[in-house]
Amino acid sequence: MTNLKHLVLGTAAALIMGASGTFSQAMAEDTNYVPLLTYRTGAYAGSGIHIANGMHDYLAMLNERDGGIGGVKIAIEECETGYDAQKGVECYESTKGKNALVYNPYSTGITLQLIPKASVDKIPMLSMGYGLSAAAVGNTFPWIFNVPDTYWDGASVAIKYIAEQEGGLEKLKGKKIGYIFLDAGYGREPIPLLEQLSTKYGFELVQYPVPGKEMQNQSSQWLNIRRDRPDYMVMWGWGAMTPTAVKEAVKTRFPMDKLIGVWWSAGDEDAAAGGEAAKGYKAMNFSGVGSDFAALGDIKKLVIDAGKSQTDPSSFASTLYNRGVLNSVIIAEAIRNAQEKTGKKVLTGEDMRIGLESLDLTADRLAEIGLADFAHPMKVTCEDHAGGNPVFIQEWDGKQWQKASDWIEPMTDVVRPLLEAAAKEYAEKNAPWPARTEACPN
Amino acid sequence: MLYDIFIGPFVQMVEMPDFFLQVLWEGFVAGILYALIALGFVLIFKASGVFNFAQGIMVVFAGLTLVGFYESGVPALLALLLTIGVMGALAYGIERFVMRPLVNQPDIILLMATIGLTYFLIGLGEFVFGGEPKRMIAEELGLPTGSTAIEMGERGLVILQHIDIAAAVIAILMVTALGIFFNKTRIGRALRAVADDHQAALSVGISLNQIWAIVWFAAGLVALATGIMWGARSDVSFALEIVAFKALPVLILGGFTSIPGAIIGGLIIGFGEKIGEIYWGGLVGGGIESWLAYIIALIFLLFRPQGLFGERIIERV
Repeated sequence: MTNLKHLVLGTAAALIMGASGTFSQAMAEDTNYVPLLTYRTGAYAGSGIHIANGMHDYLAMLNERDGGIGGVKIAIEECETGYDAQKGVECYESTKGKNALVYNPYSTGITLQLIPKASVDKIPMLSMGYGLSAAAVGNTFPWIFNVPDTYWDGASVAIKYIAEQEGGLEKLKGKKIGYIFLDAGYGREPIPLLEQLSTKYGFELVQYPVPGKEMQNQSSQWLNIRRDRPDYMVMWGWGAMTPTAVKEAVKTRFPMDKLIGVWWSAGDEDAAAGGEAAKGYKAMNFSGVGSDFAALGDIKKLVIDAGKSQTDPSSFASTLYNRGVLNSVIIAEAIRNAQEKTGKKVLTGEDMRIGLESLDLTADRLAEIGLADFAHPMKVTCEDHAGGNPVFIQEWDGKQWQKASDWIEPMTDVVRPLLEAAAKEYAEKNAPWPARTEACPN
Repeated sequence: MLYDIFIGPFVQMVEMPDFFLQVLWEGFVAGILYALIALGFVLIFKASGVFNFAQGIMVVFAGLTLVGFYESGVPALLALLLTIGVMGALAYGIERFVMRPLVNQPDIILLMATIGLTYFLIGLGEFVFGGEPKRMIAEELGLPTGSTAIEMGERGLVILQHIDIAAAVIAILMVTALGIFFNKTRIGRALRAVADDHQAALSVGISLNQIWAIVWFAAGLVALATGIMWGARSDVSFALEIVAFKALPVLILGGFTSIPGAIIGGLIIGFGEKIGEIYWGGLVGGGIESWLAYIIALIFLLFRPQGLFGERIIERV
């Protein structure tokens, strides 16, 4: 009887595995598989939902409008991480066998966990504007891409912008700049650069960490800020941290035009939490503001209005939604690039790495895909996987974000040597770190 | 270093009295809110001897239900009444389908049941309301917004948020009402009997089912009040569930069975963590609030293991 039971169960298991194998094979033959590590639940869902929607909807639009890329549909599969590193790794392990082309962890914590796996599994990772800054050094991290900017680029832009307001970098001497951040890998990442800049330009850097468990309980941090009276505040907030910080800043009467958030603290809901009183709050950005782009019109018509999206129409084209769109634009352009470079239609992770490493998203190309001026042109090289691209400052007018500056170049001259040193240090700490063997496709 | 620990902070308190008052006020408001959350835990613990792991998510669920009704077009006050109704239905459901089958089971089983309930409510909440944070409808409910600034000296300023004042008043009223309910009413006394011994209470004709439904409903009301107040300070999101566990050190400090303990414990933790973070946090890089509350609670435990107002249990073997 027991044997019979084992036989039945074994046969069933074999059938299921066989069927899934067939399914995977069929999927691999007919489509390019792009897993999306997203979080629509948990404490960070307020930010994660918009990113997830933007990423999904652009790829879904390409499937609807163009039948995919190069005649091959994109198989999109979301895996819920809840912004939790352990769940993120589980998502990675459960999907990598389906011929995943690229991973977008959307969490610096998950990114740090996956970096050592990328070169082993030969699946590139795109941490667009987040993750390990040192990963920009392509010769050390050939499988990791953080185009268009690292956090260190962002931090240097924030300081540069503050200097512009004060009349030059030399005027920073003696100033006090506060840094409020989510006390996690994400928020701690820019600290080494800020400390370097503090030493170089003579401003005092005061840090205000916000533990993840205290995201919605920041009165102590803002009381400290009130006491210390910093001239400017730079913020690295995410999830529920940002709207709470904006509310607290309003509450403690901190001058809102002197509060500058990173691009992940630039959500519409983040600023709206402070309402009219948050007028003047600034945040960096590198993706388009608003819905006045042809590709977004196609998304609206073919995906959202057609009921093929989870996007709430009221949050369509919000800042973080557009950021998700830009993420998928990079994926799509890298796929197209890889198809051209390899001559294959259905790709592997190794092909995708070539596509990413030779990515050259020009202004003309952006216009061609219906996203003229949606982002600054960006080019990836074998040496530089981030590009140190310019970002702009947007300002909350009490109701919506308005572009408030031209493109501002990061301090590449300061950032790049530090990135090189950090990459070297990472490789030494994680010895034996594999030496680059991948040929440069450019 | 010694100056920064033993002298500097006190000098600051004297030199900037307005700021010190602001810190005390923030500590008071935080303490009252912690007390309110702790109260929800105490109610369930008193009635069933179980640590209600689901109290945090009940705060989120109540807040989301209220905002959800409002967003679907129901007027704010009616939405409040309907939410109270939902919390009542939830209390009945918990009693009928979770607690009743577990009468007389070991406490650990009941604790596990509340953990299960937590995940059920997370899933239900996300399914019905989605994962996006919602703006609390404080103004629509008639709660005051804005702030009053009290000037002190030349540059001194104490800012009192009206919503914080309202939170303090509502919390005090709720605590008083619950205190009277448990000490002066028949149901309150019955509840205390149930807390002491389920079987003995049943043998003298106390309806365990009724008591549990009432106490879960009361905990639901406390969760609703907490959800409104915390939600107004930030927003209503699933991150609030984590904030609710700030009540744990309050419970350790005040005792799991004492309503006055929850209040005093909440205030000690509220004042302690704000003063600690502001005046001594910088010495270790800041961000000490999340663990300082536990340190304060542990120090008290060294001297009173049962908490400030907890019952001293002596088990003879």
